Amino acid sequence: MKPRSWLTKAIVYLVLVALSALFLMPLAWTISTSLKPNRQTMELPPRWWPKDFLWSNYSDAVMYRSEELGYIPMLRQARNTLYLAVLSVTGVVISNALVAYGFARIRWRGREVLFAITLATMMVPFPVTMVAVFSIFKELGWIGSFRPLWIPAWLGSAFNIFLLRQFFMSIPQDLSDAAAIDGCGELQTFWHVILPLAKPALAVVGLFHFMYVWNDFLGPLIYLTDESMFTLSLGLQAYQSQHGGTEWSMLMAASMIVITPLIVLFFLTQRTFIQGVRLTGIKG
Amino acid sequence: MTGAERRRLVKGLGFVAPWLVGLGTFLLYPILASLYFSFCEYSVLQKPVWIGPGNYQDLLTDSVFWKSLGNTVLYAAFSLPFGLIVSLSLAFLLNSGVKGLAFFRTAMFLPSLVPMVALAIVWLWIFNGQYGLLNNLLSTEQIYWLLYLGYALPAGVIAAAWAYDRLSQIWGAARGWAAWLVAGAAAAVVVALLHPEGGPLAFLLGPTFAELRTGPPGWLADPAWAKPALVIMSLWGGGNAMVIYLAGLQDVPQHLYDAAELDGANWLQKVRHVALPAISPVILFNLIMGIIGGLQFFAVPYVISPTGSPDRSIYFLTTYLYDNAFTYLRMGYASAMAWILFIIVFALTLLALRLSRRFVYYEGG
Repeated sequence: MKPRSWLTKAIVYLVLVALSALFLMPLAWTISTSLKPNRQTMELPPRWWPKDFLWSNYSDAVMYRSEELGYIPMLRQARNTLYLAVLSVTGVVISNALVAYGFARIRWRGREVLFAITLATMMVPFPVTMVAVFSIFKELGWIGSFRPLWIPAWLGSAFNIFLLRQFFMSIPQDLSDAAAIDGCGELQTFWHVILPLAKPALAVVGLFHFMYVWNDFLGPLIYLTDESMFTLSLGLQAYQSQHGGTEWSMLMAASMIVITPLIVLFFLTQRTFIQGVRLTGIKG
Repeated sequence: MTGAERRRLVKGLGFVAPWLVGLGTFLLYPILASLYFSFCEYSVLQKPVWIGPGNYQDLLTDSVFWKSLGNTVLYAAFSLPFGLIVSLSLAFLLNSGVKGLAFFRTAMFLPSLVPMVALAIVWLWIFNGQYGLLNNLLSTEQIYWLLYLGYALPAGVIAAAWAYDRLSQIWGAARGWAAWLVAGAAAAVVVALLHPEGGPLAFLLGPTFAELRTGPPGWLADPAWAKPALVIMSLWGGGNAMVIYLAGLQDVPQHLYDAAELDGANWLQKVRHVALPAISPVILFNLIMGIIGGLQFFAVPYVISPTGSPDRSIYFLTTYLYDNAFTYLRMGYASAMAWILFIIVFALTLLALRLSRRFVYYEGG
């Protein structure tokens, strides 16, 4: 649907530029504040371009330790987050690929029923199961460890199963048949035929789970008790609850440290990313 | 069962085995267990003790529960429709064949990447009553008008579009100008009716807007303005849904537009009768996911204030559930809340699916 007249076009561009600026403004303001000495954050009227650039806010947020500022052990938190991300992203990709293969490429009795149940569980919000799941991990003695945060990732999740199943079903059956004639077993077909073709979909699942781990707050809040094990999200909240309302430049620097890797990741994987948003948002 | 069938069954179950364990351990068992816990006194430290429907009876008279439920419903009732309007309008704008699409799309999408905790902290700073960017950039008067028009204008535009669509069907293309005239009048009437301090919405918005006459809003520090502030924050993340709708719009085949044009359809009619029906399944899916997500709203308000202050105005259902379970160790009570949440989600999803039969268009279905 293309507008014809140049006037409409000009208006559309004007609106788009204004809206883009509006959407980017909070981020720009965060960066601006993160580079100011804390005293200058409370200057009125607010100044977009800092008078002095205090790059050390960033290193302070990560390493500096002083009584009144406190400090955020962000390096360790980043390591914790990455540790969880690697373990659970690997698990999510492997387990969901296996399960989706079982649903998409093998015909067995009860498959449709189980798949219907799987779809229905997409509707169950986490808070509903939160208490009982916590009590399971409590029984296992896993509270205060990383295990509740990554082991479930190895056991599949409804949405990813659904997504990968759709993708696997679009791969022609001939390929599997040819592999079978060549003497491939089911696992070999899965590994040598289906997985290589499914790379784009697997990348989407992995990327989005990485984002999820990076973002997750409720999980770490419930299961992690030792401050040295905090993830970036939980650590940032902990710092905010102790020093919020005053140390704005430090808070903004710390926030930017948590935000920036995701933005970099987005630009590096833009195609997969946009493809992923489309895939996850459009059912069928 | 033949031998081949049995072999396939074993193979199939072998592949889905991780999910069978996961489904049982993290979904089916917890759902049933929390139903059982909801009839128990249970503190995690001791074994659950059966007490019958006591937890549910307590919930009925628990003012904090009702407050948190009300907050959650209000938040969802505003953030979902406005989120839909914002992301749909952005998608339509970007779908008009503009150059530099990738740039604009990226600019609007980036904010939706910001993690919840960082989002809360960034906006705490922007909404700061004294030094915040918002109150220093705009006067209180401007904020008043921006917010009023922000919700009234979309409603007016929708009313106008609806009126025009109806009238142009009745009157035909020849009297199109009259249809536009009536549509404009309808928009004006709707905008006027939606005035926050006069008109039928005054009971809901009047006190909040009246506060602006005494000075700039305190936003997240002010019980009247904290929830609207959260809704504004949620709109900032609308880029995600925008990308989804845009993808849907780009998939609409050109020949449908061409056919509509041959029938003399103008831009508005193509939007209403071609584009919107084509992406209505996507809208429905996002709406249902939005309902489920909205009822779980937790991280952002918790970071802003774990107690939901000021005056519990941003204390949500999931926050109260979390507090009962992990702060007060009343797991039984929390489980009862979890089940009520479950039933609400179930009912709303069912309702959305039912309504969809009237409004959603499925190709070939």
